[in-house]
Amino acid sequence: MNATTDLDNALDAYSGRGREALLPALWDVQGALGSISPENVQRISHILRVPEADIYGVIGFYTLFHEEATGRGIIRVCADPTCALAGADDALHGVCARLGISEGETTEDGEYTVEHSPCLGLCDYAPAALVSERGMPDKSLPRVTAESLLGAWDDTYFAPAGDAESVMLDASLADAPQTLAQYGDYAALRQALADMTPEEVIAEVEASGLIGRGGAAFPTGLKWKFTRAAPGAVKYVVCNADESEPGTFKDRVLMEHRPHLLLEGIALAAYSVGASKAYIFIRGEYPKATAILAQAIREAEAQALLGDHIMGRGFSLDIEIRRGAGAYICGEETALFEAIEGKRGFPRIKPPYPTTYGLFGQPTAANNVETLCAAPLIINRGADWFCSIGTEGSAGPKLVSVSGHVGRPGVYEIAPGMTLRHFLDHVCGGVIGALRAVLMGGAAGTFLLPGEIDVKLTFEDLRAAGSTFGSGAIMVFNQTTDLRDLLLRLGRFFQHESCGKCFPCQLGTQRQVEILERLDAPHAGDRERLLDVGMTMTEASLCGLGHTAGIAVMSAIEKFPDIFGAQPSVNRAI
Amino acid sequence: MTDDTINLTIDGETITVPRGATLLDAAQAAGIDIPVICYHEATTPNGLCRICVVDVDGGRVLQPACVAECQADTQVETRNTRVLRSRRTILEMLNASVNLEQAPEIQQMMTDYDADGARFPDAQLREAEVIDDNPFYVRDYEQCVLCWRCVQVCAEDAQYTFALTLKNRGHETSVATAFDISMTESPCVFCGQCVGVCPTGALKPKVEWGMEQGWDAREMRRATRRPRKREDGA
Repeated sequence: MNATTDLDNALDAYSGRGREALLPALWDVQGALGSISPENVQRISHILRVPEADIYGVIGFYTLFHEEATGRGIIRVCADPTCALAGADDALHGVCARLGISEGETTEDGEYTVEHSPCLGLCDYAPAALVSERGMPDKSLPRVTAESLLGAWDDTYFAPAGDAESVMLDASLADAPQTLAQYGDYAALRQALADMTPEEVIAEVEASGLIGRGGAAFPTGLKWKFTRAAPGAVKYVVCNADESEPGTFKDRVLMEHRPHLLLEGIALAAYSVGASKAYIFIRGEYPKATAILAQAIREAEAQALLGDHIMGRGFSLDIEIRRGAGAYICGEETALFEAIEGKRGFPRIKPPYPTTYGLFGQPTAANNVETLCAAPLIINRGADWFCSIGTEGSAGPKLVSVSGHVGRPGVYEIAPGMTLRHFLDHVCGGVIGALRAVLMGGAAGTFLLPGEIDVKLTFEDLRAAGSTFGSGAIMVFNQTTDLRDLLLRLGRFFQHESCGKCFPCQLGTQRQVEILERLDAPHAGDRERLLDVGMTMTEASLCGLGHTAGIAVMSAIEKFPDIFGAQPSVNRAI
Repeated sequence: MTDDTINLTIDGETITVPRGATLLDAAQAAGIDIPVICYHEATTPNGLCRICVVDVDGGRVLQPACVAECQADTQVETRNTRVLRSRRTILEMLNASVNLEQAPEIQQMMTDYDADGARFPDAQLREAEVIDDNPFYVRDYEQCVLCWRCVQVCAEDAQYTFALTLKNRGHETSVATAFDISMTESPCVFCGQCVGVCPTGALKPKVEWGMEQGWDAREMRRATRRPRKREDGA
């Protein structure tokens, strides 16, 4: 069967659908042909009744979509801090040199395109790369070198995770995702459907003290309660699996290890809020987790654990996987809704909040992967058990992603309350070399100095210390780290990922990079410029990306004043 | 005060406004000037330029007055240190990226907020060639501030023509037609509404542009002549 026939068949399936099908349709076209031509945009425009200009705008927004032909294989090497420390630049430049091209170019024979990528969520296997054949990202590659990138693409990795006490993770999973038979028949959902009203499920989750694990730390039970109470006949659950914060990869490990834990969590959320449709929006850079979840949904539907009349009862739930296409901003929940609706991933003005006006304008509970995975545990073991782990303000087990200069980078399940020092020394294999700094919370996070690591790993202690737990990213840097280079990489990340909607972030992420690029030879007043840009982004931006795009740089100005040069202060009047 | 009204304090003055009024409505009613760039009465407000931000109760972040609704019994400050720093910095950053020579209202804001037009040296200007592809107007995206108004009136806010979109993202964003085709190839019906709502010199009637170029009457006629009807009747 040739590509054109494939494409015709693929597009036939979209007949009668609308704009919400735009991203899946673009993926199908690109998967069949390698890129999305004006002719195919015209066809999609007719089928989905979306203006051609709008489709063109959508293609240009998402970095994994291409309007022009690329190489048969696209190699994307991570350029973010952890991978850079592990030699990502050498791998990228080595491949380019061997192929005789520059970064961003395609070889003359059309075989390869090589470019850099934002964090691929494989920081525990740094340096990482993502490769696509004919336009579809299909392999995440661990520990790449110039040689391995030009050889057979081997995506064999399975992060070991968990220990004897783990409940979110499962130490017995040695080399494959947990099957339905290993996981069990959704006992928490069975109990909820048989013995509990939706309100009782929500009450149990509220009593557990579970707060969101995506970074914003909003109480989960309250979110479900608001969504259930909001007027509207149709409601949605959206699982935010767009994990893209540099240094964060816990959701990837959860999905790759325990897909059924997540699916059961989504089902409990849907039962609670009164939804019969749920979406998992997963970043396009996670091909392995996407395939594992798709398989798990098929397994569960075959056993009537998902689908129509689950367990023979009145509750039905359709879970649909949606692939992102390269946009960190879609981790912002309203931008994520826009992406599912087939638009550019622009964050919306809030209020209204998703619990009353979310996906397709309906009440929506949008939850992070790890948050949803906690729900079955809470129903199975009870809110009291959950509260007994951690602290009052940080109840329950928490996953952290640790990367950089430590003995054993990876995902760890901890009881909040242990100190960062204990975690580094006794849990993740110790710091390699002399500790220079810990970046907490990812690119949007803050730095801790070696003298500050006795802080307890809880939401409240880190907040009180002027830091953040965020999504649980812990990036460790030793004395060999070039902090100016590190900051420039963080700055470039935000410059690349700003959606461009609001002026402070669109302009501020650009101005910030321009100044970070000249840190070795700064202009007088650059420190004040960075502070004005950072504070303006923090206070005046439209969404969380802009609010945090200057945080790491401002934190560095406070913690590492030396790297900004001894320069006369301009002290402009405000 | 009735059920339909609320009280709040703006810059120390307590005022009563209808429930649902925006902070911009309230400030205007109180005679307090709040600057706007993207906001336009005829278009759906997107609160994206953020020049209208104000401080509500010293909250963690500032609020865009054009879309944020008044909340009862709040203290709003429209000109405190935080607000002024954000407005000034937004203007300074904008001036570093965009040619604002033909945007007198924004230039006036630069003066009002003590913004230094050269605050960001070695900044990347969003350079663009003037696009002259139709008899009615020219597009100079070097002067575009990305207020979105033209895209909005071309779409659901007025004309339902959908000739325009935004392409790329972040600082690389620009207004464009699908695949950058010319306006005459696009669905554009030359209604002129985009030109009408443009706050800068980015969209300009052809005649105005011609006068700036010093065209004589003959050149003007030739350049603004409507295309001949095609023989196939399209």
